[in-house]
Amino acid sequence: MNDVHIAGVGLHPFGRFEGHSITDLGAAAVHAALAEAGIVDRRGFQATFCGTAYGGVAAAHKVLARLSLTGGPIVDVEAGCASGAAALMLGAAAIRAGQYDTVLVFGVEKMPKGIIRSSFFEPWREQAGLAATPAYFALRAQRLMRESSLTKADLATVVVKNRRHGMHNPDAMFRKEVTAEEVLASRVVSEPLHLWMLCSPNEGAAAVVLRGGGNSNAVSVRAAVLRSHLPGNVLDESTPLSGLVDDDIPSATTPAADAAYEEAGVEPGDLDMVECQDTDAARELLAYEELRLCSRGEAGKLLADGATALGGRLPVNVSGGLLSKGEPLGASALGQVIELTNQLRGAAGPRQVTGARLGLAHTVGRGANASVTILSR
Amino acid sequence: MSGTEAHTIVEPGLMRDDGDGPRLIGAMCVPCGERSFPFADTCPWCGADATHEVALSPHGTLWAWTAVTAAPPGYSGPVPFGFGVVQLDDDRLRIVTRISEADPAMLTFGEPMTLVYDVVDEDENGHDVVTWSFTPSTR
Repeated sequence: MNDVHIAGVGLHPFGRFEGHSITDLGAAAVHAALAEAGIVDRRGFQATFCGTAYGGVAAAHKVLARLSLTGGPIVDVEAGCASGAAALMLGAAAIRAGQYDTVLVFGVEKMPKGIIRSSFFEPWREQAGLAATPAYFALRAQRLMRESSLTKADLATVVVKNRRHGMHNPDAMFRKEVTAEEVLASRVVSEPLHLWMLCSPNEGAAAVVLRGGGNSNAVSVRAAVLRSHLPGNVLDESTPLSGLVDDDIPSATTPAADAAYEEAGVEPGDLDMVECQDTDAARELLAYEELRLCSRGEAGKLLADGATALGGRLPVNVSGGLLSKGEPLGASALGQVIELTNQLRGAAGPRQVTGARLGLAHTVGRGANASVTILSR
Repeated sequence: MSGTEAHTIVEPGLMRDDGDGPRLIGAMCVPCGERSFPFADTCPWCGADATHEVALSPHGTLWAWTAVTAAPPGYSGPVPFGFGVVQLDDDRLRIVTRISEADPAMLTFGEPMTLVYDVVDEDENGHDVVTWSFTPSTR
């Protein structure tokens, strides 16, 4: 199989950008990534995969048309919160198969404020009040707390940690440090989750140029895996109406992680850093266990030890996470990949993880879909 | 509401009432024996195309709960409202459901719960639009 490396990255900051279209956002990120890869025109790459959930028909075509880059195949990919990672998986697989030498992968999103209205829910489920997305997160958080020694204070600690990291990320939406008291004083959206424990859907774009062949100086894509849920778990991201009385059905994240570790030939203990899905504060703690960063029931200990803070043994979400950056669905997974790329290049500035050589990026969301991407240098 | 008044269910096929109160209509899979909700011809757990309708138990225990404090998209009923998961032990099934109690502090793990109707809207004829909910059995 051909090696795949990252030849260029480009990011449009995550936030709110009134007066700028989704095409504007995508064009900025794509332009920057191609420039870094030394690509000057449409002949510099052979295919494009674009992650977007709310971008509408031919979202990527509009971006590439703006930049006079059309001609090759352009495919929009939707896989919920994992959309950008799904695009990356397809691009990397096509290179490994020998179909293309260079592929543009990007993600772009411009989302409304508040609870996201999703075509996922049938009209009657909306009418019955069952399209209450944060309430599903809250039930998952309550069960996590029930099955462990985790408390609301631990959820606040996750927010404090990630927001502290986010202070050093100029591309994040929230760059102000917060205290646990402030987090717990924000309004309760759905018990036990307070407003500041939830990420904000927002706007942004992220682009990555993938190229085949080895390059000893570049960041390598060691694994790019996507998995969907196994049936039966009443609280997984597929948001079913019923589930089995069975507490041992793995979340989609665990099979994705296991496949990625195998593909990369590494173990969780080899990782230097992780960017994971902190849609809400409890989701990050669940990910520690699902990604096998710790044993079941040990997430609170990993957090309390400071292992997952910048300077700790295994920093998690040093970009600030979705809690600081916000979550533009199609772009967020590639935002994580860009964070890892900059970290592995040693170019992350004040949030640099010292000596980072191996990093993992994880998303999980509607579908259910879960992605795990492993990069090394 | 008592169940005898004119009303519309949010979606046909979810519930039925033979005069002894509401029941959720589930599927019973012939090969794997597991139940699921809502009814479907194919078992969502094992994939077998051999299910038959079954009235699920109206009694369960509280497994998870919270409250929805702001109207979710497409919802025009009252807020806040309780929301959670009730485990139907007889059916070996967990059901996502509205909960009649909107104050999470008033509920406890494993509390016995009973299926009831819950009004969420009004149709063009002025009839209640109802869905299912669970309420603490002791109240």
